Amino acid sequence: MDQATQLEIDREKGNFRYETDYAFDAGVGLSPATIDYIAEVKGEAPWVREFRHKALNIFESKPMPTHWATKDLEAINFSKIRYYLSQGQKPSRSWDDVPVDIKKTFERLGIPEQERKFLAGVEAQFDSEAAYSRMKEGLSKLGVIFVGPTEGLKEHEEIFRPWFGKVIPTGDNKFSALNSAVFSGGSFIYVPKGVKVKQPLQAYFRINAENFGQFERTLIIADEGAEVTYMEGCTAPKFETATLHSAVVELVALKGAKIQYITVQNWSNNVFNLVTKRGLAHEESEIRWIDCNIGSRLTMKYPGVILKGRRARGEVLSIALANDGQHQDTGAKMIHAADETTSNIIAKSISVGKGRSTYRGLVQIPKHLKNCKNNTECDALLINANSRTDTYPAITVRGEGNSVQHEASVSKVSAEQIFYMRSRGLSEAAAMSLSVNGFINDLVREFPMEYSVELKRLIELEMEGSVG
Amino acid sequence: MPSLDIRNLCVSIGDKPILKDFSLSLPKGEVHAIMGPNGTGKSTLAKALAGHEDYTITGGEVFLDGEPLLGLEPDARAKLGLFLAFQYPCEIPGVSIANFLRAATQARLPEGQEVAAVEFYKKLHAKMDALKMDRKFTARSLNEGFSGGERKRCEILQMMMLEPKYAIMDETDSGLDIDALKIVSQGVNLMRGPELGVLVITHYQRLLDYIVPDKVHVMWDGRIVKSGGKELAFELEAKGYDWVSKELAPVTKS
Repeated sequence: MDQATQLEIDREKGNFRYETDYAFDAGVGLSPATIDYIAEVKGEAPWVREFRHKALNIFESKPMPTHWATKDLEAINFSKIRYYLSQGQKPSRSWDDVPVDIKKTFERLGIPEQERKFLAGVEAQFDSEAAYSRMKEGLSKLGVIFVGPTEGLKEHEEIFRPWFGKVIPTGDNKFSALNSAVFSGGSFIYVPKGVKVKQPLQAYFRINAENFGQFERTLIIADEGAEVTYMEGCTAPKFETATLHSAVVELVALKGAKIQYITVQNWSNNVFNLVTKRGLAHEESEIRWIDCNIGSRLTMKYPGVILKGRRARGEVLSIALANDGQHQDTGAKMIHAADETTSNIIAKSISVGKGRSTYRGLVQIPKHLKNCKNNTECDALLINANSRTDTYPAITVRGEGNSVQHEASVSKVSAEQIFYMRSRGLSEAAAMSLSVNGFINDLVREFPMEYSVELKRLIELEMEGSVG
Repeated sequence: MPSLDIRNLCVSIGDKPILKDFSLSLPKGEVHAIMGPNGTGKSTLAKALAGHEDYTITGGEVFLDGEPLLGLEPDARAKLGLFLAFQYPCEIPGVSIANFLRAATQARLPEGQEVAAVEFYKKLHAKMDALKMDRKFTARSLNEGFSGGERKRCEILQMMMLEPKYAIMDETDSGLDIDALKIVSQGVNLMRGPELGVLVITHYQRLLDYIVPDKVHVMWDGRIVKSGGKELAFELEAKGYDWVSKELAPVTKS
């Protein structure tokens, strides 16, 4: 493996914090005044402010989804959270202009280095706002837009407003409503017709403050025949109290476009990570989610694709690792809405110690459609005797001429396998991480090189001390 | 002289004693065969030496070139130079033979040193050629869906790559047809030399036609009841294990 491309990121790497003074603070708790403060600070148009207020009402009217999801959600105390914290609203275009304490954080996380090595553009968000945002010059000349939502809705309203909140309506679920009320930060990306962005664009989301909620909002539009890969990474320090991260990510692939969205999440174990991600795939377009969930206290995330145009393709490749005290409740949704659409879901979960992983899948192919295909595979690996996994696949396929394939498996790393590997000189931890990596190997191969190396390293670190 | 020295080894599974005062000295450079009927403790000896946790050591000592072996973790034993070719090698899904051997090679290097990829593959391919293995074989998951012959060949490949000082071959001939048996034996014979001691555990004399031992030990009820030259294997084959139970066992019990 090429040494130069290895990223030195590990589970503990995000566990640090520098003292930071915030110039803008919406205070603790959520009310219409919080929203007015955010809209005021950002100088938003009245329609955006109204969008937020409506969303707050929807959020308050919706019950917690504990009737199907975990009761642990009740541990979130919305009145104790801080909803907006920043040092300013305008991201710097140069690392030199980023405030020192924030810059130190991102340098320690290796972000400027990654930008130099292999990225076409980077945005680095610190609590509520991006502190840094920059794209290679060539791309802006081609008409590519890579900004935050404030700038996107203000400067490029004609491009972003028509799709904003359309793929994921405010009322989709309680947390999409919360995000719609208080969103700040995230990426708004537009790739013009036929433009193929070769290197990935990356956003890095950093939570720094305690009792804080991060609510970034991302909207990526790939115009006809355009191609783009977007990657996001996330960390937060370990706090005594719970932290909330609740994002909304909308993707729009117009005719023949391709969007690949890659997440490597490395949250600390106190983060509630409740994210809604969905893509809208037009004719002959392709949307692919690659989603790796490591860390957090509770992650609920089911990336989906609405296959709206003929021959559109949707794919979710997902890896989740649940360690002690963690619950990875993840899955995928594929909504077929046109003929000859195809979707593929491969979900692999690893439960370590008392960790719990849950797969929830939803595949719909209505009766009137022809020649649609779905393939779903979900495999769970249990490491210890007290590890837990649950699978809830819901596949509704009507009509003839549509085909569905579903496979699921649960396996365990056996004591005999570990002994066999140790008898060749591998330590117990090395043997365990080798077999875990073997379990996800066919998925990791689909990742860009830089991320597969990082992922393997993260898994090795998670596996340490998990045996015995 | 350097040797794998087993002194008065007693091993139990649960409460049941299996090895009873087992002693054997295998000098480096020699090939010894242990023969005996099923249930006399041959595989227990192999697993206990490798450090399997289901086998409880209740007495005795084992030295590898003077270093005490018992009490070490299985991986530490491997790094001292002990290798066990399993009777039933298990499947490790998703882990290719090449990656596995690379990790095992890496584990033997001092901290901070990396396996040199080019040399590693050169060596791997040379050993595979010797075992008449297809190059594509290394990309396959370890033992997953392998035939009996492929599994055993893969064990020998690992042994050739890891270059142990002492190798224990636990019923390596079981499940092999005659062609596979020849290839596997050829691999062992290639490694044979002053730097390697081999303990061949087998039920049948057949394997010893191809791997000719320096010494043969007959095992019965957890201990060695007779030792001799390679001709002992023929005598055993001719007289059958009844001979052992009726004539050899009672003598040593007294």
